[in-house]
Amino acid sequence: MFARGLKRKCVGHEEDVEGALAGLKTVSSYSLQRQSLLDMSLVKLQLCHMLVEPNLCRSVLIANTVRQIQEEMTQDGTWRAVAPQAAGRAPLDRLVSTEILCRAAWEQEGAHPAPGLGNGHTQGPVSDLCPVTSAQAPRHPQSSVWEMDGPRENRGSFHKSLDQIFETLETKNPSCMEELFSDVDSPYYDLDTVLTGMMAAARPGPCEGLAGLAAATPGPSSSCKSDLGELDHVVEILVET
Amino acid sequence: MAGAGGGGCPAGGNDFQWCFSQVKGAIDEDVAEADVISTVEFNYSGDLLATGDKGGRVVIFQREQENKSRPHSRGEYNVYSTFQSHEPEFDYLKSLEIEEKINKIRWLPQQNAAHFLLSTNDKTIKLWKISERDKRAEGYNLKDEDGRLRDPFRITALRVPILKPMDLMVEASPRRIFANAHTYHINSISVNSDHETYLSADDLRINLWHLEITDRSFNIVDIKPANMEELTEVITAAEFHPHQCNVFVYSSSKGTIRLCDMRSSALCDRHSKFFEEPEDPSSRSFFSEIISSISDVKFSHSGRYMMTRDYLSVKVWDLNMESRPVETHQVHEYLRSKLCSLYENDCIFDKFECCWNGSDSAIMTGSYNNFFRMFDRDTRRDVTLEASRESSKPRASLKPRKVCTGGKRKKDEISVDSLDFNKKILHTAWHPADNVIAVAATNNLYIFQDKIN
Repeated sequence: MFARGLKRKCVGHEEDVEGALAGLKTVSSYSLQRQSLLDMSLVKLQLCHMLVEPNLCRSVLIANTVRQIQEEMTQDGTWRAVAPQAAGRAPLDRLVSTEILCRAAWEQEGAHPAPGLGNGHTQGPVSDLCPVTSAQAPRHPQSSVWEMDGPRENRGSFHKSLDQIFETLETKNPSCMEELFSDVDSPYYDLDTVLTGMMAAARPGPCEGLAGLAAATPGPSSSCKSDLGELDHVVEILVET
Repeated sequence: MAGAGGGGCPAGGNDFQWCFSQVKGAIDEDVAEADVISTVEFNYSGDLLATGDKGGRVVIFQREQENKSRPHSRGEYNVYSTFQSHEPEFDYLKSLEIEEKINKIRWLPQQNAAHFLLSTNDKTIKLWKISERDKRAEGYNLKDEDGRLRDPFRITALRVPILKPMDLMVEASPRRIFANAHTYHINSISVNSDHETYLSADDLRINLWHLEITDRSFNIVDIKPANMEELTEVITAAEFHPHQCNVFVYSSSKGTIRLCDMRSSALCDRHSKFFEEPEDPSSRSFFSEIISSISDVKFSHSGRYMMTRDYLSVKVWDLNMESRPVETHQVHEYLRSKLCSLYENDCIFDKFECCWNGSDSAIMTGSYNNFFRMFDRDTRRDVTLEASRESSKPRASLKPRKVCTGGKRKKDEISVDSLDFNKKILHTAWHPADNVIAVAATNNLYIFQDKIN
């Protein structure tokens, strides 16, 4: 399971902690379960995002579950997310995590489609997909989804924001996403890449995963290769389901 | 406490003795997805039983007249009509396929010799007329018996065509198509007691239609937020009150029910009553909200109560009391400790339906492993039964089943881990007057009758 990678790391932690109070162990196992639930939920959201006609009720329920976990983790202080660079965009008294969640690379990319974005790229579907938020600052339209600037790429556990998912659910046009990615070379956008990228981002806090993405500036192929072990697990799940 | 509606049922003090009557559908282990039954509904008299499946077909069964030579055997249901109600469609604008699966069938009250029903898939509702033809006109002047036009010069005499009996033919024809009114997936339709209008509900909106008018519908509920990122709740079911034509209810994914009065305003976004049970803080978990999501809401025949089904329980509400239900019946509480696994395999999102018996003294709902549960509201007794081929001998009594929740498993009990979660009974129906029930188990329709009557 994709969570295996997680557990391996955390088991390492746990072994250190084992010598400590038993209470700590219970807490960390709860955190593990909670994290595992969060990861599972994210995969479900992403997968249903790719299905032909996602079930809105199911998506809403999963998204609410994710929010709950995230709120609890924020209260615990276990939600390790770097504060957004463009802090002026939203009041900082809001849950930092929510703010980070509500932004996603390609969402902003899409808000300002550059002319050079490739042939199949029409204006219509792109603008349909993007929620028009005045608070959003312009982004580099030419950068690909998987390309993230240093300060901006700490987006917590989400690649795609919840609102973005609902926007897309409303329009229900996954093919629009493909058009958005049409500027990117086709090998980038396949299921493996998506899940790898998502998995890399889905790891809590530790900069390792996100740094892996940050290093992917030349293209996501490097981030692909960086987590082949996790990729196997992810593909395993997909094949099983 | 039983409602005043319905008749012909024994008072809810007798224990039902359910017996197998019939099973419809293929026996194959390999079930074609299209054959999976997705809705079951008796008509107002109970003489007709309609099923819809994932392949967009509707099959209607008719009850045979009772046979005097076999007084203990109630009328059997045999196929009356089969037709393709919905076809798969392709939404070119969104590049998405629209499933042909029949989500709901609702009968209209019978007003003449023909029968009418509404059937709906995710996007389009259709009004079907099912009529019988048992006479045929013969002796036309202008055409032959086989329909070919006669040469006018050959006609030397005129005759009056006469009606002759023919083999019964049941025809289904679409009379109205109500389309393009729903952006989201339709989950409910409900015919109003005025017999002129009906409502259709999708995830975010409810529309009111007139049965005669297909190019216009009125939006009466809209819970879509201005900003979709604020969406946290969807509509899961809706139904008109059985007697008050201005009242309807709708349930949500957060476990709430709103009762609306259409007289108060054109857009019923403000409810007249709000039903919600306060959450038990001791049982709170990350799955609390998901399992509180209501999958079905049904008024009692009397109109005084309504019943809601959430993942683990069935609740009966008194319409006069919004603060909490008057009854809560546990369907499969043993699943509470398995919620994480059920979330993982998506079973936690299964939408079970529920139904009342004719006198409102009993309620029924489905579970897993082809089990279904019945609760007698008067005696407070409940029973778990199974729809299986093994217990399908004619007039064989159904043996109550029991799930072992822990400790030593007794003989005949089944442990929670052995339950087959692929065998789910989502759709059940109870005859409006008699103790006859229809239970849909994947692609098979089981009909059970009560031995007492």
